[in-house]
Amino acid sequence: MAELLNMLVASVIPLLFILVYAIVILWTEIKVASHVQDRLGYMYTGGFHGWAQPIADLLKLLSKEHITPANSDKILFILAPVIVFAASYAAYAALPFTSTFIAANLNVGVFYIIAITSFVVIGILMAGWSSNNKYSLLGAMRSVAQIVSYEIPTALSILTVVIVVGTLNLQEVCEAQKGGLFNWNIFKYPPFMFIAFLIYFVASLAEVNRTPFDIPEAESELVAGYHTEYTGMKFAMFYLAEYANMFLVSGIAAILFFGGWNSPFGEFMSGPAWGVFWFVSKGLFFVFLQIMLRWTLPRLRVDQLMYVSWKVLTPISFVNIMIVGLWAILK
Amino acid sequence: MKEYFKNIFVALWTILVGLRLTFKHLFVRAVTIQYPDVKLKLPERARNRLYVNIDDCIGCRQCEMACPVDCITIETVKALPNEDLGVTSTGNKKRLWVTKFDIDISKCCYCGLCVYPCPTECIYMTDVYEFSEYNRHNLIYHFSNFTPEEAELKKKQVEQFEIEQKMKKAVKPAEQVTVSNPGNPEEKS
Repeated sequence: MAELLNMLVASVIPLLFILVYAIVILWTEIKVASHVQDRLGYMYTGGFHGWAQPIADLLKLLSKEHITPANSDKILFILAPVIVFAASYAAYAALPFTSTFIAANLNVGVFYIIAITSFVVIGILMAGWSSNNKYSLLGAMRSVAQIVSYEIPTALSILTVVIVVGTLNLQEVCEAQKGGLFNWNIFKYPPFMFIAFLIYFVASLAEVNRTPFDIPEAESELVAGYHTEYTGMKFAMFYLAEYANMFLVSGIAAILFFGGWNSPFGEFMSGPAWGVFWFVSKGLFFVFLQIMLRWTLPRLRVDQLMYVSWKVLTPISFVNIMIVGLWAILK
Repeated sequence: MKEYFKNIFVALWTILVGLRLTFKHLFVRAVTIQYPDVKLKLPERARNRLYVNIDDCIGCRQCEMACPVDCITIETVKALPNEDLGVTSTGNKKRLWVTKFDIDISKCCYCGLCVYPCPTECIYMTDVYEFSEYNRHNLIYHFSNFTPEEAELKKKQVEQFEIEQKMKKAVKPAEQVTVSNPGNPEEKS
């Protein structure tokens, strides 16, 4: 019984975190977008700078009708958003929020996350296929091609960290970076860990379909990509999954390269509570960076996208993993 | 090979350049305004909603003729000799009752051509530009002081008067006749 309760609490905490974070980041994204373009964005709902607007949006989506296209594959159509969201939610299980809280302390945490996030691809392909809409299918196909090809550099740069730390357990990865700023993985084996981080960051941007790699959603070409036909809460699930994925990749970047829940000042400001603060703020920083990149860079063409993945990121990450591996052996 | 690495560095460098630009713009004051709360001052000669100061209107119909889309409809009735309509603020004497002065603002093209010919400067553009309506008929503005019934009454009055005038004209020579022929009683009536 106690174990069941434990499981419940451990699974509810990440879900609550995702929901609250999604509302905050929805607001942030709009506000950053508008201020980058010298506008104000929404200013009315709730009083201060329209802080209640994402809540209103969410309520609107909740109250909307569920429309299923006439010739769609009904079962897949309904299942797709659930799978997409469940995959990114499941990955949160292996994220160490602090030194004392991790929903599932797996000894293959990194592997688990890489594996479970691949489910997103299936969900997206399902959504695109079942919608019976050419734009949805095109978007889904692009998305799958993109995610599958970018998974290689992502995995390789994560493996570089695994070589350095010597464990697949994310909690232990954090543990290994204890003791201040310069013990973080990003500063080890200079500059190769930094290169690994750059590769990871670029590839993870593509993994979560963010600009400049947002060709699956490409609103100017494909209406909205794989979720064109979705309405109401099903659409909101895709949205939620996208934002959850954004924090997921940012959180992994923070854990693997920037010390996770470790304080940058060594023992100062460290502890379980501060751990949450450091982890979440590091994650949010990278989410903010992703948002800023969205309003900075134009979208890549499909061939450019493949060029970046296969001809730049993949070979460099192979060379990188070789060098770091050799260095680690010789040390 | 050199080109390849150069491209990578250029890509990374230009991303940083772009990020610096967008980051700077995060703190630039917004160029937009919160429209219904804050409104920009209109230029002095902005052309928006027409207004007619009907007290100054002499019913000359010059604006009606100038209007390229025929959105102005004017009807006038001659004042009777015993009625004094006064003068306009520019000193022109008013000789006509303006029983109808309608502007269909939904047709108006805001060219301002009606404003220039007006001798008393009673039709002019205001700075009001928010006048949307749910019913199209509400966009026909009635500027005259007369209701349709009053206008009808006035028209009847004038007709009556004109008939009387005609009668008088018809009667006058008869009176002269009566002077020369006082013995004929039938011509008097």
